[in-house]
Amino acid sequence: MTSPFVQPFGDESLGDNLLNRSEEMELNFGPQHPSTHGVLRLKLKVDGERIIDCYPIIGYLHRGTEKLFELHPYFQNVPHTDRMDYVAAATNNLAYVGAVEKLMGLVVPPRAGYIRVLLCELQRISSHLLWLATHAIDIGAMTPFFYTFRERELILDLFEEYCGARLTLNCMRPGGMPHDLPVGWIEKCRVFVDGFLPRIDEYEGLLTENRIWKKRTVGVGVLDPQVAIDYGITGPMLRGSGIDWDMRKQMPYEVYPEMQFDVPLGKNGDTYDRYLVRMEEMRQSNRILRQCLDQIPEGPIMAKRPRVMKAVKDGEVYHGIEGPKGEIGFYIVGDGTPNPYRCHVRAPSFINLQSVPELCKGALIADLVAIIGTTDIVLGEVDR
Amino acid sequence: MTGLLESVRHALGDTLFYWAFSPVIKIVLLLFVGLLPLISYLTFAERKVLGYMQARLGPNRVGPWGLLQPIADVMKLLVKEDTLPARAVKWAFILAPGLVVGPALIIFSVIPIGPRDGELGHVNWFITDVNTGLLFIVALATIGVYGLIIGGWASNNKFSLMGGLRSAAQMISYEVPQGLALVGPLMLGGTLSLVGIVEAQRDQHVWYILPQIVAFFIYLVAGVAESNRNPFDLPEAESELVAGFHTEYSGMRFALFFLGEYANMIVVSAVATTLFLGGWLPPFPHLLPGLAVIPGPIWFALKAFAFLFAYIWFRGTFPRYRFDQLMDLGWKWMIPLALLNIFFTGLIKLWVSGGFH
Repeated sequence: MTSPFVQPFGDESLGDNLLNRSEEMELNFGPQHPSTHGVLRLKLKVDGERIIDCYPIIGYLHRGTEKLFELHPYFQNVPHTDRMDYVAAATNNLAYVGAVEKLMGLVVPPRAGYIRVLLCELQRISSHLLWLATHAIDIGAMTPFFYTFRERELILDLFEEYCGARLTLNCMRPGGMPHDLPVGWIEKCRVFVDGFLPRIDEYEGLLTENRIWKKRTVGVGVLDPQVAIDYGITGPMLRGSGIDWDMRKQMPYEVYPEMQFDVPLGKNGDTYDRYLVRMEEMRQSNRILRQCLDQIPEGPIMAKRPRVMKAVKDGEVYHGIEGPKGEIGFYIVGDGTPNPYRCHVRAPSFINLQSVPELCKGALIADLVAIIGTTDIVLGEVDR
Repeated sequence: MTGLLESVRHALGDTLFYWAFSPVIKIVLLLFVGLLPLISYLTFAERKVLGYMQARLGPNRVGPWGLLQPIADVMKLLVKEDTLPARAVKWAFILAPGLVVGPALIIFSVIPIGPRDGELGHVNWFITDVNTGLLFIVALATIGVYGLIIGGWASNNKFSLMGGLRSAAQMISYEVPQGLALVGPLMLGGTLSLVGIVEAQRDQHVWYILPQIVAFFIYLVAGVAESNRNPFDLPEAESELVAGFHTEYSGMRFALFFLGEYANMIVVSAVATTLFLGGWLPPFPHLLPGLAVIPGPIWFALKAFAFLFAYIWFRGTFPRYRFDQLMDLGWKWMIPLALLNIFFTGLIKLWVSGGFH
């Protein structure tokens, strides 16, 4: 078995322009680095500032979540999903409970479906806001951080009012929702939805046409569409390269078929396009939120379900949804007991992270920071 | 104050007073009443202004409106452990912060914050008037960058080393346009003395920002780059190089780097004020003669603070340039522009003086 610590760097005969090359240096980028968004470690081979090779090392936040799933009954596993992508707990919850419902054959009442979509789209906005904040601060723009956190705070307040938690929401159950919306929640959410669009313009005013921002992002970390598909990349990373693939449209779940929204696409697949895609996604999420608030029906929020949920023997299921970072999916195998026999998570951060060495070949260290930012990884989900 | 100085002058005799006593007093006053408090409160002002730009409050816990925050910060830095990395080059590691701060403070000795003896009290409002003042400034500003390079190298840390390398590249790219931008006002003023240049602006009834607008902007951009401030804060770019050249520094040595950065900001603001905004002169002397009531040093401070505000504003607005883009900007745009500016300044000067006839 090869340890990552002695892993060689690909081919040692690096090109023929040896005359132009100075001495190479190995640089440990992380795990305690301000812009690796957690405990990602990148082993870099650099020539001055230019990156010749990059080797990501993960696992510093490994907690054995997938094993933990096997040790608890189906309905007790929802909190584990909160702690994977800890800035987008609602979508993780939905992916898990969706998989369990598929396995058990539960049908969710419409009102619960609307509440789920509401929470997930709020979560998508808050995750994108956090991405924008850190991405901008990585590139050196300090101010968007505070603006986006101001709005994110409002979303977290809405979450807190719904389920009592701000980050680790634990806000869904197999079969429906644990609580109905509190009185006045819809009005508060509407205030947020109405006030949010001008805020996006405010962030864009700081960045979109900013010369330095464009210089730092246009043409940086170009992801070829075919390469993106080969790596299995999903979410805004994939759509930034111009491929129209959004689980909400392609394999609709919950009440998304009833929603009107567009899927923004990029052209060049560079960091700037991915930035534009995510900004537009926030607008579209806002649009979905508005429709949800208008159309939400009255009714029950929990399906009829057995007191102890047991999956059929050898029942297996995969359910994937469009999380803020890409397709988050759960593969669950049941064995007739109240606990899952096996649970595997298709974590978008983990799969998108694989593109980093590809994207940063020949880039500068400053670009590497922009590229890590644009992949929008959460190490809790990468390592699980 | 003036009366006290008068009596001291009487006691010491003119010669001793002007050659020894008065500069010493001024240096002490400048350093301990002027610069050091100004620098520490500049950090406070920066945090407050940035705070309001960023929809937050800034420091407001220590003292009324947070006014004692800088003092608390200095106390903290003074008592913090001063670590020395085991494999650092000790003498260079210790020398580097001094190399940054020293020159930045020495530059103030030639900057006139007010007029000569006789115009505003019986005292020269500058420490010394060197007839090669501009050269002196450029020379000292260059030394400051060595502190960054040496500090980055001596830390024996790869991120520090890269910060040091970046600052070397930045120095080479930005000293040149900065020096060339200074040539414009120098040609118009006909002197290298900073007092002389301000007096020339008074006598020619024009601040050099108008005829030298190109040089002004080049100087401003190069000045921001010189003092390693956003958007040119590459040597310490925290999101890329952890903390760049000062990654390994802590306690008072780190504070010295910090002090150097802010002193450099004040230097660039003060030099720009002197060369392009008429130093201590009040604006519109013919339209609004009443403004002359306000003493020169206050005008000087107002103009310099405008620059310092711009510095903070930049920090709140811009992302960071990339290493190679910064070099591009310096070599491909600013140096040719500065050269053209010198050429046209020369032509115009020749034309005005009738040299073509």
